[in-house]
Amino acid sequence: MTPPPERIARFSHGSRVPGWDEAVDLELDPAEVPDPATTEVPDDLRDEIEDYMARYPDRHSAALPALTAAQRRYGWCSPEALEQVACVMRVTPAYLAAVATFYDMLRVDPAPVDTHAIYVCTNISCSLNGADALFDAMRAAAGDDEHFDVRAFECLGACDIAPMASVDGTYVGPLAPADCVRIVGQCRAGEEVLPERQFARRKAADTLAREAGLK
Amino acid sequence: MSSDLLFEGIDEPGLATLEGYRRRGGYETLPKALRMRRDEVLNELIESELRGRGGAGFSMGKKASFLPKGDMDKYLVCNADESEPGAFKDRELMQKNPHQLIEGLIIAAYATAATRAFIFIRGEYAYVADILERAVAEAKEAGYLGERVLNSDHNLILWVHRGAGAYICGEETALLDALEGKRGNPRLKPPFPANQGLYQGPTLINNVETLSTVPHIISMGAEEYVKLGVPNSTGTKIVSVSGNVQRPGNYEIELGISSRELICDLAGGPPAGREIKLWFPGGSSSPVLTADDLDLPYDFDSMAKAGSMLGSGTIIVVDDSNDVLDVALKVAKFYRHESCGKCTPCREGTNWTVKMLERIQRGEATPMDLDIMASVQERIIGHCLCVLGDSMAMPIGSMIAKFRGEFEAHMESARDEGDRAAIEAAA
Repeated sequence: MTPPPERIARFSHGSRVPGWDEAVDLELDPAEVPDPATTEVPDDLRDEIEDYMARYPDRHSAALPALTAAQRRYGWCSPEALEQVACVMRVTPAYLAAVATFYDMLRVDPAPVDTHAIYVCTNISCSLNGADALFDAMRAAAGDDEHFDVRAFECLGACDIAPMASVDGTYVGPLAPADCVRIVGQCRAGEEVLPERQFARRKAADTLAREAGLK
Repeated sequence: MSSDLLFEGIDEPGLATLEGYRRRGGYETLPKALRMRRDEVLNELIESELRGRGGAGFSMGKKASFLPKGDMDKYLVCNADESEPGAFKDRELMQKNPHQLIEGLIIAAYATAATRAFIFIRGEYAYVADILERAVAEAKEAGYLGERVLNSDHNLILWVHRGAGAYICGEETALLDALEGKRGNPRLKPPFPANQGLYQGPTLINNVETLSTVPHIISMGAEEYVKLGVPNSTGTKIVSVSGNVQRPGNYEIELGISSRELICDLAGGPPAGREIKLWFPGGSSSPVLTADDLDLPYDFDSMAKAGSMLGSGTIIVVDDSNDVLDVALKVAKFYRHESCGKCTPCREGTNWTVKMLERIQRGEATPMDLDIMASVQERIIGHCLCVLGDSMAMPIGSMIAKFRGEFEAHMESARDEGDRAAIEAAA
């Protein structure tokens, strides 16, 4: 049974596929490796990327750490950020764009510099413990503040504290939907997030079982 | 019945530092290994019958012995891209005892004559990567890494490399592409990484837990190590138990204990008043087992005989308050999102499976759809470069086979509801 037509989301141009606002100019040549003489790269970013490149037998290996560094500086992998990384790494911006679009943690949509990345794990173990409600609550708590990148993320490898979330890289759990407002508030205030429920301060279940005489 | 090897004193304060690790006798095995010949170390690893802890369960020593001899640059890569839903053992091992991994890594590199090593850690584990980087710096400072390790003829450069969020990078060849700075697409095998891996050089890739076990094997000797566990599944295993259990977490067990002991005694079983409906014995990519299988010994062969697999040692328990359809949909959506898109059966198969499951949920499916869905799973298995598609096809296929009645009942009730809504709307 085909769903009724109004249930299919369509773009303003009538298609289900996003279009381009501007037609592609086929006369243009593809972007080349940016010219170091005309591309300005902040010194600390250049040093960091060059340090990464020196670690590997092949400089291309530095792509992921370099893009992560650029994102930290600019908030997302913007065209300017790609241009600067490409200039230091001596690759084309298109090469880096291809890499950046593959990985979930690299943002390819505009975001402000101080964006808080909140990943709510919604995979099996967390969803069995109420992760979907947690995600909805987290989205509601962040509202439409563009400084929050709230995403339903795949398994973050912390099923022992399910349901959980990663707030700017800090794992916290188990969480209840009511905790979300506090988490967002702590992010805004620049405070440590739920210190008493950070994963890093937990004992291993194995240790607890031993202490309880189960092992 | 439970023995601690890797997890011994895991919560001891300061264990993550070089000083704390040394206080516990850490880095005492390394000089012993360096005094042995490389092939002697390799032989110990083969004789320990240690099976890889990352999922495939292949003999670690044999895999290491496949690397060609000769003067070419060889690489050792530690796979710390733990992303299998339900798995979190490597995180705890690296966070609390990073030097154990580094010592194992140096010994394994010595055995294979690898001179460059990388720990590829998933980007989400940022705080664990910080701990590892500190530990690597400490080890470098103390002379365990770099040129002429402890005045031997062994050189080793080690770097921690952070990923950026992609499940597929846990697949060894996709990991190599990601490490080379590309999109993480799996490669065609053969050639296997042992012959042509990182930068086209011979490469050994091992899981965190596998490498963390190495110092213990060399320290106690293979002969002692094989006494742990059961034949063909030697040693201890760290098992991540999660889902509907009262005490989720990592437990170190000797392979071969009963699954019931692990799930119900150690992890506390499902909440009071609930029964186990199904469980994944090896992460979300393993075919599901039911409450009838709880008395099986938890080891590689028993799980395989029951039609599933031990995988990375990751148990997810689902109790009877959950609908099997919701579980199937979660699994399928995960693999749809993570498919890299290189092979058609996986890219299209995962997508269509999600669509068909959603059709069942909306009450728009017919019983024939279940057969079509089962056949889609069969056509994914074995037809792609890597096993990501299989990882969805195996659990979904097993859920349809074991819970067909529940899928059909859901179909009926959802359709009835849809009809009622349509009649009400018309009236």
